[in-house]
Amino acid sequence: MTRAALLVLLALGLAAPGPVGAQAPRDEAELDALTRKVASQLRCPVCQGESIQDSPSELAQDMKAVVREQLAAGRTPEEVKAYFVSKYGEWILLEPEAHGFNLALYLLPIVAFVGGAATIAVAVRRWTRRGSLAESPVPGAPSDTDPGT
Amino acid sequence: MTRIIGYTATAVALALAVYGAAAAVVGVRGRRSDLLRSSELAAYAIFALLTVANLAMVYALVTRDFSVSYVAQVGSRATPLFFTVISLWSALEGSILFWGWVLSAYTAAVVYLHRGSELGPLVPYANATMLGVGAFFYLLLVGPANPFGLVWPVPADGPGPNPLLQNHPLMAVHPPLLYLGYVGMTVPFAFAVGALLSGRLDDAWIRSTRRWTVCAWVFLSLAIVAGMWWSYEVLGWGGYWAWDPVENASFMPWLTATAFLHSVMVQERRGMLKVWSLSLIIATFLLTILGTFLTRSGVLSSVHAFAQGTIGYYFLAFIALVLLFSLVLLAGRSGELKSEGTLDAVVSRETVFLINNLVLSAFTFTVLLGTLFPLVAEAVRGVKVSVGAPFFNRMTVPLCAALLFLLGVGPALPWRRASREELRRKFVPPFVAMVVAGIASVLVGVRAPYAVLTFAFAAFALVANVREFTIGAAARMRAHGEGPLVALFRLVGSNRRRYGGYVAHLGVIVMAVAVAGSSTFKREREATLSRGEVLEIGRYQVRFDRLWAQDEAHRFVVGADVTVLTNGRAVGRLDPRLNFYGGTDQPIATPAVRSRPREDLYINLMAFERDGSSATLRVLVEPLVMWIWVGGGILGLGGLVAVWPSRRRRGRASASFERPAEPAVEAPAAPPANVAVRFGIAGGGAQA
Amino acid sequence: MNWRRSLGAAVVVVPIVVLLGYGLTRDPRAIPSPLPGRPAPEFALAVMEDPVGSGQGRGAAGDTIRLSELRGNVVVINFWASWCLACRDEHAALSATARAYEGRGVRFFGILYKDSPEQARAWIDEMGGQSYPTLLDPGSRTAIDFGVYGVPETFFIGPDGRVEYKHVGPVNERILVDRIEAILAASGSREETP
Repeated sequence: MTRAALLVLLALGLAAPGPVGAQAPRDEAELDALTRKVASQLRCPVCQGESIQDSPSELAQDMKAVVREQLAAGRTPEEVKAYFVSKYGEWILLEPEAHGFNLALYLLPIVAFVGGAATIAVAVRRWTRRGSLAESPVPGAPSDTDPGT
Repeated sequence: MTRIIGYTATAVALALAVYGAAAAVVGVRGRRSDLLRSSELAAYAIFALLTVANLAMVYALVTRDFSVSYVAQVGSRATPLFFTVISLWSALEGSILFWGWVLSAYTAAVVYLHRGSELGPLVPYANATMLGVGAFFYLLLVGPANPFGLVWPVPADGPGPNPLLQNHPLMAVHPPLLYLGYVGMTVPFAFAVGALLSGRLDDAWIRSTRRWTVCAWVFLSLAIVAGMWWSYEVLGWGGYWAWDPVENASFMPWLTATAFLHSVMVQERRGMLKVWSLSLIIATFLLTILGTFLTRSGVLSSVHAFAQGTIGYYFLAFIALVLLFSLVLLAGRSGELKSEGTLDAVVSRETVFLINNLVLSAFTFTVLLGTLFPLVAEAVRGVKVSVGAPFFNRMTVPLCAALLFLLGVGPALPWRRASREELRRKFVPPFVAMVVAGIASVLVGVRAPYAVLTFAFAAFALVANVREFTIGAAARMRAHGEGPLVALFRLVGSNRRRYGGYVAHLGVIVMAVAVAGSSTFKREREATLSRGEVLEIGRYQVRFDRLWAQDEAHRFVVGADVTVLTNGRAVGRLDPRLNFYGGTDQPIATPAVRSRPREDLYINLMAFERDGSSATLRVLVEPLVMWIWVGGGILGLGGLVAVWPSRRRRGRASASFERPAEPAVEAPAAPPANVAVRFGIAGGGAQA
Repeated sequence: MNWRRSLGAAVVVVPIVVLLGYGLTRDPRAIPSPLPGRPAPEFALAVMEDPVGSGQGRGAAGDTIRLSELRGNVVVINFWASWCLACRDEHAALSATARAYEGRGVRFFGILYKDSPEQARAWIDEMGGQSYPTLLDPGSRTAIDFGVYGVPETFFIGPDGRVEYKHVGPVNERILVDRIEAILAASGSREETP
């Protein structure tokens, strides 16, 4: 299960490889791009839902400046995010880290999708074979993916 | 006085709704046409009462009658008339009042359009369901969300509506559309309940239901697009979709309704997926109520939420009741909903619709899980987490790509089975287009895999859908000697439902390309500029000229004059602003947008020096954004084409009639609607 | 309709309703702080010039206050701003409590959040002075270090330099005294039993 989970996460690009080129000094353009990337993953504490990249609020602007400073000082994006988590809690991450209980968030949709696909595959096979049979049980409506229930 | 009129109207509406629902059920069970007739009259009367109540509120708002609690909450003498009128839906109580009006209008429309319909006992049950749902909302209006409360002593002035909601004219468009869409989903639900309760599970009911669903779906689609536009024009971050809980709340019922509109075709043709289609209708309705619950109760934090007190528990009880009621009904009838149909081949349109439903359901589930996960995590781990745009983008972009691809496969595949020759003929041109578009987008420098995929799939789907028009029109031109435009027009007229669907597909394709283009090629810069200084972005030079300030009645506005140049030549002037409303310290931005078919230049004033010497501007260049709105319009147009009443209606006023889809290919598997047995007194008898 | 189906329906309905009901009891806007129990973030901030001169003796204008140099004291840090309405409600309580604990190893500091010193001084003037110094935090670096997301927020730091409590929203004298006494009692007993 853990291996399967890891594979899925790798496929989603979630399991981040180790820090690469953290020590290399960054030029301005690179720093801007990296700041944008990290800032769009941090939630603005005063605006509910927006990232600090998108928010025009002053606190978000200051936080973005902190992100940039720390990146300029050679910290990795992961370290910068860890800093904010240590101050504001996991809440600050717009995307929960994929470990522990949070895995449910990433795996359940995939499980639901695969389950639904399997149900449909079985149903289609049965329906194409059935042909003449008039009475048969209710075909597998993929109710496990039924969003409302 | 206004207060008393308004409150009395809602209270009487509540009593009538309860009576009408009971009368309809008792009437249909006891075959008593007098009771049925009285329940219909109750529906009309409620519509009249809610109209009075809404007009009373508008009157109170316009005359600034601050003794009315809602006016004291959202009114202010300084607010312009236009925003005063639309502040009817700018806060909780007023929005529920407006919701109640829309619901009463739908109820009256259902009763009127289906009077004397051959759907028999289904209609009274549906009417009872609508009235029952109505009773819940009127109960809210009489109890926890009473907008007509008394404020004493009467305040001299009020705080005015939420600044975010009085900043843009789209606020006059988006909420009404949203309510028309949301509340409209009550109608299919009511029909589903009616079908389940009356046991009339043949295909007659599904036709009326489908039509009402398309109607609500058109409103909901337009509402979502209008909401995106509002968000783009007002929130100032340059985006149009943030996966905010409230956005998700409007998107989830859209997904399930879309799934239903496709699954129902399989049901009509092949008599399959009956339980599934019913579940989708019920899920759609529940998701609209859940969405309202999420926005109205303050369970999840959101930009747009109206945080409130006890009303959440009412909604919770209502959700539980509806959920339980629907599940019990479905379970009770599942034996009668057995599938009749079979599939002829795996490669057929039926299978594509199944996969389409799978993807849409998985999509809904993902969005629902992501929206509620913060609650789950807090309940299980006691830790607050956020689930925002990065998560939703990661999880749903693949699903969007899959949907885009299916949107081309579906129309190209015939029902039942396809011959090898047919497959080749249908699939080679779109496939070629896909490969060409894919290679071309890589050549022009698109590197993001999903962007390449989107452009390729869009080309595939575009060619597949457009060919449905061109092939059909060409056949008509040959057969009837019509000109190309006439042939196209008559082709669409010959089967509005089918071609309206394809038009909607085209809208989705346009939107998909625009979204992929604007997010992939988006450029952004932010800088603090002193007067006369220029910021370079893309092919534009943005020059900050000066700051100005203006005191308006209800706000204080600071604006920046900005000249836009390309190659040193001035091409336009923009004035992004910050608006300071009394009562809040956070300014509300009004970004300035220069919209062109190729790209938007989006400038937001982020901060400024008080002496006017400098301004901080955030400038974005976003290609193709305009086409999102255009695509949304096409999508709505497609829905309208599909749902517009046919001139060749056979029945008197029933909305349930429509020519079966694609009659040239084959006859529908289901028996025609008019075979349905009349119930005797219901409908026609009651008219006498 | 049999009992098994009813049970099935209940299995679906109950968790959803319970979850949403649980949600109704939570405040979605509160962000729990991970700081309590951890060492307080170090800062070195300049003291704001005080209109009344009431900050005298606790650090003159322009002095730099370092948290690490306050080790051994209970430190109460209040983030505030002149534009913040709730800060008006708590101001008297903070000033009075700070005065009451003067010389008892309890130090109070304000940290100005997103505000200009001029406006802050005018505000203090209007409120009739402040019995403790306010520090300037340009760029909100210290506020971010403390995970501040709105004002007022008040942090209680023990003599060992650990954050003991965080209070969001206006404080009153009871909260201040209770929290300070709890920290004093805990550190006192710690000293007695080495």
